[in-house]
Amino acid sequence: MEPGETTLEAVGVRKEYPDGTVALAGVDLAVRRGETVALVGESGSGKTTLLRCFNRMAEPSAGAVRVEGRPVDSFDPIELRRRTGYVPQEGGLLPHWTVARNVELVPRLLGWDEARRNARTRESLTLVGLDPDRHGPRYPLELSGGQRQRAAFARALAGDPPVLLLDEPFGALDPLTRLELQRQFLELKSRVGKTMLLVTHDLAEAFRLVDRVGVMRRGRLLQLAPPAQLAARPADPYVRDLLALLEAPPTAAAGAPRAVAVS
Amino acid sequence: MTARRFAAAALLAALAAPLFPARLSAAAAGRVVVGSKNFEESRLLAEMFAQLLEARTDLDVERRLGLAGTQVCFEALKSGAIDLYPEYTGTGLVTLLGEKPRGGRAETLARVRRAFAERWDLVWLPGLGFENAFEVAVRGDVARAHRLRTISDLARVAPGLSAAFGYEFVEREDGLPGLARLYGLRFASVRPMQHALKYGAAEAGEVEALDVYTTDGRLAVQDLVVLEDDRGLFPPYEAAPLARGTTLRRYPEAAAALGLLAGVLDETRMRRLNFRLQEGKESEEEVARDALRALGLVDEGAPATRAAAPGAPGLLGYLWSERRSIARRTGEHLGLSAIALLLGAAVAVPLGLGLERRRRLAEPLIRVLGMTQTVPSLALLAFMIPLLGVGALPAIVALWVYSLFPIVRNTFTGVRDADPRAVEAATALGMTPGQVLRQVRLPLAAPVLLAGVRTAAVLTVGTATLAAFIGAGGLGEPIVTGLQLASTPRILSGAIPAALLALVVDGALGLVERGVRPRGLA
Repeated sequence: MEPGETTLEAVGVRKEYPDGTVALAGVDLAVRRGETVALVGESGSGKTTLLRCFNRMAEPSAGAVRVEGRPVDSFDPIELRRRTGYVPQEGGLLPHWTVARNVELVPRLLGWDEARRNARTRESLTLVGLDPDRHGPRYPLELSGGQRQRAAFARALAGDPPVLLLDEPFGALDPLTRLELQRQFLELKSRVGKTMLLVTHDLAEAFRLVDRVGVMRRGRLLQLAPPAQLAARPADPYVRDLLALLEAPPTAAAGAPRAVAVS
Repeated sequence: MTARRFAAAALLAALAAPLFPARLSAAAAGRVVVGSKNFEESRLLAEMFAQLLEARTDLDVERRLGLAGTQVCFEALKSGAIDLYPEYTGTGLVTLLGEKPRGGRAETLARVRRAFAERWDLVWLPGLGFENAFEVAVRGDVARAHRLRTISDLARVAPGLSAAFGYEFVEREDGLPGLARLYGLRFASVRPMQHALKYGAAEAGEVEALDVYTTDGRLAVQDLVVLEDDRGLFPPYEAAPLARGTTLRRYPEAAAALGLLAGVLDETRMRRLNFRLQEGKESEEEVARDALRALGLVDEGAPATRAAAPGAPGLLGYLWSERRSIARRTGEHLGLSAIALLLGAAVAVPLGLGLERRRRLAEPLIRVLGMTQTVPSLALLAFMIPLLGVGALPAIVALWVYSLFPIVRNTFTGVRDADPRAVEAATALGMTPGQVLRQVRLPLAAPVLLAGVRTAAVLTVGTATLAAFIGAGGLGEPIVTGLQLASTPRILSGAIPAALLALVVDGALGLVERGVRPRGLA
C-alpha cells in the first residue's frame, strides 16, 4: 500500500449518551498509515471516546468510522479488536496471569501455535526492553509501574496489529520513568512503523512523541496539525491558552525530529 | 488442581452414599416404614410395632422415629413416606378432623375410623388398651393449700398462679383455649415450653400448674396432683396404630401382627414403661423388647442387642460409649450437608455468573433469595413434608434452599467487582464476553466466591441438626431425643460433634479458599 493512505478515519462522528451528554459533537479525523497522532484535551473533551470508536469499544451515534478504508461496523468487533493493539492507562494487565501469559493473550486468541506464540512473546518483551527470562514468569504485581507499562506495550504489539490505540499510556507513571518510557516509545515507533493514535492530556508529551497533534475540547477537534505548525499558528484561542501553559516553548520539541517531515 | 477437585468430589460422593440405601418409596416390596412423633411414648409404641412386625412377619421394617409432631407424622403417613405410626383417637378427632370432642371412648374410635377411611384410606387398628389424655396437674403443695381436686377448683384460684404448657396444648381447642372457654380458666402467666422442661419448672417452683399426659412416667415420682376434668373438656385419647389402607391390604400379616396388641396395655403399665425411658438409662429398643416379652408376644431367647452403659462415668464416658452412633451420625450429617451444598453451588454459581450479564435482574433476585434466609429453618423443613415426605430428601432440599443465597450473592458481586481495568483491557484486546467471564472475572472472583461457599457450608452444617425433626437423621437426632428426655449428655452427644464439624468444615474450606486464590493477587 502506498504511504499516505488513510488508516483511521472519522467523518462527522457524534456520540451522544441516553442521558443527553454529548461526548463527540461531530468530529473529522484522518490518520495516515504509519503516522502517529495524539489527541490532547482535558477530561471530558471526548478524546478517549473518539479513540474507542476505532476498536468499537464505543459505538458512534452518527457519522462514519473507517479502519483501513472499511467501515468499522463491517468488522466483527471481536475480530477488529484482536487486530488492533491497545494500551490503557495503568496497563490493565490481568493480575492473575504472568507477564508472559499476558503478552500471549492476543496470539492465543488468534490461534497461533505454541512455537510461534513463544517466539513472538520473547520478541515483544525484548522490543519493549524487558527480559523474557527474568520478567516473563513474574506476576504484574511483582513488577514496577514502568515495567508493567512496558509489558502492556508488549502485549499490544504481540499480535502484530497494524494499528495501536494508546489511552494515556504514560499517565500513571512518575516523571523519571515517564521520560524513560517516552524515549523508548520513540525508538519503538521508528522500528515498528505502526499507525498509532495516542490520547494524552499532556501537550508537551504529545509534542515530543507524535507526528501530528489534535486538540480536542467539548467533543470537537479544534485543530489538527504537526507540533511546529500548531505552535506557530494556533487556530483557536483555547489552543493558544494551552500553548501558553507549556513551560518549554514547543519549537524546542527536539524530541520529535521527524515529526514535521511527514507532512 | 483437577485431580484435587476430582478427589474432593469422590470424597463427597462416598460420604453421601450411606444416605440413600433404597429409601425412595415406602411402598417398595416387602417393606414397612414405622414412624413416631417426638416424645418417648410415641417412640416406644412405634418401636414395639416394629419389633412385633419383625418377629411375626417376614417384612423388612424401617424406623422413622421422632418426627416433629402430629402434622408431620400425619402428612408423612398420607404421602406414603411412612406406613403407620401410633396415634390417639382424640388427636385424630380434634386436631386432624377438626371436630368438637363428643362422646366416649368407643364412639370416638368409631367416628375417627369412619372418617379416616373415607377421606384418606387410613385405618385405625384396634386400640392398645389405654388412654393418654391431656390432663391438668398442679404441684402437690399448691393442691393441698388451696384444696384443689377438679379443674373447676383450679379456675377459682388460677388468676394468682402461673402455668407452663406444651406448645401444642396452648393452641389446641381441647387445650388452653377450651379450658378458658369451658371453665373460665385464666392464669396470671402462661409460659409455653418443651414438654420435658415443664416438670423441671414445676419442681423448681417457677410454675404451679402444667399440662400432663395420663401415662406420663413422671407422675409416678413427682409430687403432682392430676385434676379431674369435671366438665368433660378432654375427649378420650385412646392409643392405636394408625396405618395406610394400601399397606394393610398388601400385607395383611402386618394387620394381624399389630392386632396382637389390642387391649393389652393399660395406663399403669405404660406409665412404668415411660418412666424407664425417662430415666434415660435404657433405650426404647430394650424397653420395647421387655414389654413385648412380658406380654408373651416375642420369644424370650433374643437378648437385648445393645447394652446400655448405666455406670458410665460422666459425659466423656457417655460420649465414648456412644462413639459408634456418633460416628455414623456424623457421617449422615456430613453427607446431608455436602449434598445440599454441592447442589447449591451447582445452581448458585452459574446463576451468579448469569446475573453478571443481566445486572438489572440481579438485585431483585438476590433480595428474594435473601428472604429465604429469614424463613425459620424448622418452618422451611415443615413446608417440605407435604411436597417431599420425610427423611433425607426434604432435608436436603431445605438445606439447598439455604445454601443458595450466600453463594449467589458472592458469585455475583465477585465477578461484578473483578478488577475493572483488567476486564476492560481483556475486552479491548478481543476476548469474547464468555472468555472474559471464564478467564478473567471468574478467577479474579474465586476468593470471594469461595467465601460465599464457606458461609453456606457452615450455615448448612448448623441447620442440618434440625433435619432430625423430619426424620433425616444426622447429629440433630440425639439433640431432638435429648430434648424430649431432658437428657443433657444426649443433647451434648449431638451438639458437640455438630459444633466441631462446623469448625472443621470452616477450616477446611478456609484452606481451599487460599488454594483457589490466584497467584499474583495481593
